[in-house]
Amino acid sequence: METKLKNMFAPFLYHIFVVSFAFAMVYPVLWMIFGSFKTSTQILNESYKLLPSSFELNNYVSGWRGFGGISFSTFFKNSFFVTTIATLGVTISSAMVAYGFARIRFKGRKVIFACMMATLMLPSQILLIPQYILFQKLKWINTYKPLIVPSFFGSAFFIFMIMQFIQSLPKELDEAAIIDGCTRYGIFARIVLPLIGPAIITTVIINFYWKWDDFLGPLLYLSRPEKYTVSLAIKAFSDATSTTDYGAMFAMSTLSLLPVFFIFLFFNKYLIEGVSTTGLKG
Amino acid sequence: MKRTPKHKNAEYLMTGSLSRFVNNQNVAGYVFILPWVIGFFVFTIIPIFSSLYLSFTTYNLTSSPKWTGLQNYDRMFTDDPLFYKSIMVTLYYVVFAVPLKVGFALMVAFLLHRKSRAANLYRSVFYLPSLIGGSVAVSLVWKDIFSIHGAINSLLNIIGIKGVQWLGDPRYAIWTLIAMTVWQFGSSMIIFAAGLKQIPDMYYEAARIDGASRFQSFIYITLPALSPIIFFNLVMQMISGFMTFTQAFLITLGGPLDSTLFFALYLYRRAFAYFDMGYASSMAWVLLIIIAAVTALIFKSSKYWVYYESKEK
Repeated sequence: METKLKNMFAPFLYHIFVVSFAFAMVYPVLWMIFGSFKTSTQILNESYKLLPSSFELNNYVSGWRGFGGISFSTFFKNSFFVTTIATLGVTISSAMVAYGFARIRFKGRKVIFACMMATLMLPSQILLIPQYILFQKLKWINTYKPLIVPSFFGSAFFIFMIMQFIQSLPKELDEAAIIDGCTRYGIFARIVLPLIGPAIITTVIINFYWKWDDFLGPLLYLSRPEKYTVSLAIKAFSDATSTTDYGAMFAMSTLSLLPVFFIFLFFNKYLIEGVSTTGLKG
Repeated sequence: MKRTPKHKNAEYLMTGSLSRFVNNQNVAGYVFILPWVIGFFVFTIIPIFSSLYLSFTTYNLTSSPKWTGLQNYDRMFTDDPLFYKSIMVTLYYVVFAVPLKVGFALMVAFLLHRKSRAANLYRSVFYLPSLIGGSVAVSLVWKDIFSIHGAINSLLNIIGIKGVQWLGDPRYAIWTLIAMTVWQFGSSMIIFAAGLKQIPDMYYEAARIDGASRFQSFIYITLPALSPIIFFNLVMQMISGFMTFTQAFLITLGGPLDSTLFFALYLYRRAFAYFDMGYASSMAWVLLIIIAAVTALIFKSSKYWVYYESKEK
């Protein structure tokens, strides 16, 4: 919709308004990033100032040392491990299942699909306790298995998203391949999979940042500090140092958000696509 | 489709009864959805039934569950003030945070609904908080900004307003968390922005020719056209609102005076601090029933305010 503006000041005012609003929106984030370069005294005494008086890199050095003799390189390694494997699992399995639901007319398809959509609305609290008991019985507590293994069975959210993408591909492709003697498995591997690249990328980045940010999972299942992921480590770090070292906490917080910032800068298009096509966000 | 010779060979080998079975339409379908079906049974169906069973027991993880019938539910409704408190806190939060967030998202989406590079850039900036808002880092920053000598109070101080104890006063602590939720309106905004693009320009043109103001076209064209999306957003945000945990756990720990003791936080405490697994399971079922009831209510109300294109014709 093109708005016909009555005078030349209106667009100017509009942009002033939107920009100042946007600035207020990202203020907490800027505060954190700039805070990571301030000394702790400056954070405490001059909290109205956004910009640091001088850029100190000291916080990054002292923060990186971590706590209890475990440095943040361990926590970052742990997070990358969990996130990468879980994302790999969820992408492959969700793409498979999505193809099954989108293109094959098997018996009971509608009922099973309805079950899947219903799980999207199921509060996770219902599953929390029995899953914890299950993983405890399997002796999986203090391992990464509870955070990784369930990903290999697909996720309703991503299945639904990839399904919508597959449904937008012309059906004639499949039909032609069947006439040529291609099996369903061949169609999936050779025709569909290469064509759903954008949906795969969206799945990878959304799941990556969800897993990266996940707090409750690591909180429940990881108790030994050397196993901590970054999000859990930052919480522990802030508990251990909160009264003294704000700067280091902000420095590590900023670093923990780097992968997400990176996704935001380079893959924003896919994120927005994913959010607007499914209309869902967990 | 070009097929490699190797592929042709494989096809040729797969002509026995096994291959006919594997390539049967039904079997192929089940093979593809198998991962999800297994996961559904192991991580959803079995846990749901064990949760229902546990809700009628006393269980502390070390000894085996002891059947106590309705005792957990009885205790919840007659002998647990914190249970009531946590329900009230959560309802208060949902009633304010969800409509504010959805309303904000709608307003900003409408404000940015124009074809320009700047609008795209603004949308991205407004989307950022919802992207990072769930992280531990942002919760810790929020805690710091709203602390007694934090950025908010010192900025207020400059313009001559005396700040309050945002996190230390039961009246304000919940609003600090509501503000954080509303701040993350970005993903809903993106959904609305996609919806706005679907509304044909000619509707607005027609309204303008008839002399409608911008506000009137918003009320009579935009809102009805977006009502299915508004409905959808309300339901999904409401469900996640009832499950709010991380912010409260990190920023206020339920305090002060239990004023931010969200249901999910209390449930977590019961389960993993007191290892009162039976009781926590029955709480989870109460949460499920509340969410189902509120969802049903919104669905029932939808026929009065949600318009679907096909119905209008």
